[in-house]
Amino acid sequence: MASVEIRDVRKAFGNVQIIKGVDIQIDDGEFVILVGPSGCGKSTLLRMIAGLENITAGDISIGGRVVNHVPPKERDIAMVFQNYALYPHMTVKDNMAFSLKLRNAPQAEIDERVNKAAAILGLGSLLERFPRQLSGGQRQRVAMGRAIVRDPQVFLFDEPLSNLDAKLRVQMRSEIKELHQRLKTTTIYVTHDQIEAMTMADKIVVMHDGIVEQIGAPLELYDNPANTFVAGFIGSPSMNFLKGKVQGGQFVANGGYSLALPALKASIEGKDITYGMRPEHIRLDPNGIEAKVIVVEPTGSETQVALHIGSGANEQEVIAVFRDRMTARPGEVIRISPAPGLPLVFDTASGQRIY
Amino acid sequence: MTATASLQRVSAPPPDLSTWERLKSNRDWLGFWFMLPTAAILILFLAYPLGKGVWMSLTDVKIGRAGQFIGLENYHELIVYDKTFRNSTLFTIAYTAVASAFKFAIGLYLALLLNNNMRFKSFVRSIILIPFIVPTVLSAIAFWWIFDSQFSIISWSLKKAGLLSENINFLGDPFMAQATVIFCNIWRGIPFVAITLLAGLQTVSPSLYEAATLDGATRWQIFRHITYPLLTPIIAVVMTFSVLFTFTDFQLIWAMTRGGPVNATHLMATYSYQKGILGGQLGEGAAIATAMVPFLLAAIMVSWFGLQQRKWQQGAKE
Ligand SMILES: Nc1ncnc2c1ncn2[C@@H]1O[C@H](COP(=O)(O)OP(=O)(O)O)[C@@H](O)[C@H]1O
Ligand SMILES: [Mg+2]
Repeated sequence: MASVEIRDVRKAFGNVQIIKGVDIQIDDGEFVILVGPSGCGKSTLLRMIAGLENITAGDISIGGRVVNHVPPKERDIAMVFQNYALYPHMTVKDNMAFSLKLRNAPQAEIDERVNKAAAILGLGSLLERFPRQLSGGQRQRVAMGRAIVRDPQVFLFDEPLSNLDAKLRVQMRSEIKELHQRLKTTTIYVTHDQIEAMTMADKIVVMHDGIVEQIGAPLELYDNPANTFVAGFIGSPSMNFLKGKVQGGQFVANGGYSLALPALKASIEGKDITYGMRPEHIRLDPNGIEAKVIVVEPTGSETQVALHIGSGANEQEVIAVFRDRMTARPGEVIRISPAPGLPLVFDTASGQRIY
Repeated sequence: MTATASLQRVSAPPPDLSTWERLKSNRDWLGFWFMLPTAAILILFLAYPLGKGVWMSLTDVKIGRAGQFIGLENYHELIVYDKTFRNSTLFTIAYTAVASAFKFAIGLYLALLLNNNMRFKSFVRSIILIPFIVPTVLSAIAFWWIFDSQFSIISWSLKKAGLLSENINFLGDPFMAQATVIFCNIWRGIPFVAITLLAGLQTVSPSLYEAATLDGATRWQIFRHITYPLLTPIIAVVMTFSVLFTFTDFQLIWAMTRGGPVNATHLMATYSYQKGILGGQLGEGAAIATAMVPFLLAAIMVSWFGLQQRKWQQGAKE
């Protein structure tokens, strides 16, 4: 187990800057998730930690040792690939034992470690099979088994669940989390799926376009996003953003309606702001603003409603989620308002959060 | 699945159809009809000549004279009395073994080299293909000049460099001639092996190499434990073809040495031609050619068993 420190790390492929100065501090035993849209450089960063890509600038240290020029096999890390990268010509057992065999570990130790990992992952009956004879979820487990057997300082996962079907993904999500609670090995996990990030991480690193937008605990990012990108990325369905101005201490939307602002520390009278409102923070209110119902999607436990608010060119779609059953029909006009105290205020020009 | 099932249900014949109607829609019979044109061509151009050749090898047919059946007389003659036949058989085996081994080693090396990221990769790849593209006879004639006893450029440059006082008698000395034709066959055969193995290498997912690197494997261990085992099925196919082509080689020898000097470079194919067509002993020539069949069959059997799907290639059973 070890801490991992990433200091002002940059990566360029040719002239193209992919990672543009990233700082992340990962504590010993922590489960950290790098999350961000496809192509933002998550895999590249992970591969730099693994030693599969070299580092253009900055430092990466593992357990206090700068590893910029340490070859991958001496970094004592194990990685689970998106496509699992199982050796097709080796049985499950040999796949897991491969690294130990290369190290010339005694056969008794190899057997013990493989059997222990197999027991943890429920692979006991599959040890003699070849990867082709396994289902997707089983392959995924073998890939994790191969990592566990090594007993490394750090686990790296690159989108390990994205090739699984939805149900299996949910199941593996909790298995991986359980595994971490059991082994307590420092884990860095890459995904583009914010739900995976929210449900599994101790700490989330939100990346966008080669930079870190925000680092924090899942609920911290949900409650206190630093900017519109994080606010929009974390949470499902996404936060609704309304554009407008502050006039007379109130938010006056471009769409013509006005909404109450939370108590502000400093005056932002006259400023262009973006008003952020989570779908689950919208409630029915006889004194609220008018909204036309477009689509109603009941899921049983809650009802998701697509609404149009505002008028003319500034008419805008807003998603609302109600815990109560809704009887509204498409075309009907209802009245809504944000739950008091919960809306967020962003500077439209910079995207940064004001309050 | 469902589509096939319903197809079969449709093709199950209602009782009132005539036998002919039923035959027309029966799957096995349809398969037979579709196979017929190909089978006819194969029988006409492969099975018939082969059968005819074997038959001729059992007669004393000569050019301009119909033969009598003489049993295994031709074979007896060749094996017991014909030293050139024995030598050409041995040389064909040596030629095939040595050339195939070198083609495999060098071809694999080039394929591994080209599979790395390197500069001018596609340029090097096309250079490597050149021996394969040039017609055999053309390159053989070029080699003939390169290894000429008087005008050899190799002898000439070595003499200019002061390393040599005499010309090397490449194609005049039996052993040198054998080595030279083997060299030329290797030169010509490498591209096929290299390019095919490269295609095989490119099907190996790079993440396997990365996983092995993280597992602590050195470059040699990656080759030994990952690349080579994953490449074996393709190696088996490539080397089978390579062995078959080499064993039946004719053009190169005929263009360079015509089997000389003193019959040292005769392959079974060239000797068969020499004896049967040029010498007019069609029966004996056919016997020499027929004698190649057991060797070729043996090579095919070896690869057949080598090629049988390895366990890891099979899909999910159980
Ligand atoms: N070897 C490479 N050469 C050039 N560009 C690359 C290479 N690897 C990745 N990239 C580019 O870097 C960017 C980030 O890639 P990646 O880290 O895989 O994104 P993510 O994993 O976040 O989806 C992408 O735009 C991709 O095209
Ligand atoms: Mg990726």
